[in-house]
Amino acid sequence: MYRGGVGQFSYLLHRVTGVGILLFLLVHIADTALICLGPGYYNRIMALYAHPVFKLSEVALFAAVLFHALNGIRVFLVDFWERGTVYHKKLFYLEAIVFFVVMVPVAYKMVGSFVLGSLF
Amino acid sequence: MKIKLQIKRFNPEKDRAPWWGKYEVDVEPNDRLLDALHEVKWRQDGTLAFRRSCAHGVCGSDAMKINGRNRLACKELVRNLSRTIVVEPLMGFRVLKDLIVDMEPFFKKYRQIHPYLVNEDPEEPGRERLQTPAERSRFEDTTKCILCAACTTACPSFWTNPDYVGPASIVQAHRFIFDSRDRAGAERLHILNESEGVWRCRTVFNCAEACPRGIDVPKAIAEVKRALVFKKI
Ligand code: FES
Repeated sequence: MYRGGVGQFSYLLHRVTGVGILLFLLVHIADTALICLGPGYYNRIMALYAHPVFKLSEVALFAAVLFHALNGIRVFLVDFWERGTVYHKKLFYLEAIVFFVVMVPVAYKMVGSFVLGSLF
Repeated sequence: MKIKLQIKRFNPEKDRAPWWGKYEVDVEPNDRLLDALHEVKWRQDGTLAFRRSCAHGVCGSDAMKINGRNRLACKELVRNLSRTIVVEPLMGFRVLKDLIVDMEPFFKKYRQIHPYLVNEDPEEPGRERLQTPAERSRFEDTTKCILCAACTTACPSFWTNPDYVGPASIVQAHRFIFDSRDRAGAERLHILNESEGVWRCRTVFNCAEACPRGIDVPKAIAEVKRALVFKKI
């Protein structure tokens, strides 16, 4: 292992979320293609997605897309904004803040009632 | 003061796999890690192999991974390191023996970017090619590179793709691309625009932290990227 800093960490996350999103897209193409076999198959698969595990992974998917998008903007700024390399760490912290500000209400909206409901 | 060294040893002619050599040495706090390595080699185990030449941070031969980060052994004071110091060879190159890696691929890429001044314009007799201080300061930072490979071997893009030209070669290219006396900037930019060129940089910033000369490597790389996109040097 190399003891890198913020840059290495965000690079790793960018890769992992990128591969994750790609996997989702492949699965998504497969499940949507089931419609060609008729509505029966398609509906059965869709019913599966109502399962709590899938609900939670939908939140994870949203988080991955959000991080990947925000980090993409950051990488773009580092490359093409003249002061980007100076502020790359600050940009990352800003990115983290934006990520949580967006993520908390969205996660609440997506699974809040369902998670809280199972707790109480 | 007593310190412990944990050195990754590997002799491809004898060992099946790398192993950790553990040594205890007595050093002064102001000694460099290089002194501690000498202590091991000269008094404890003569089979330990590492490179060094100037011993003063100029020649760039003793870059190695020290406590997980690329450093020059001759510039690290032991008092600034931990009591147990972990020393490994640079990542991404073939290990020839212990801390010595095969740097030939590194220099091959270095040669690819034409690391010398290209200018076929006839010189005025008795005159040098003049340059204003402002023109000179444009590439001041990148003249400091000593080709130790600490930046390139700290780069995840390079580990995963050994064909990537790497930060060191981009720094060297930068030094000539932005030199007002040079005429081969377009050619170097063309080379760096290839698929194994500057776009493999994923802005990880390990290079900036690793450079023992304090060169702002990511800035140089970003300037090359911008020169490619905006077609302006
Ligand atoms: S021995 Fe020359 S740079 Fe360290």
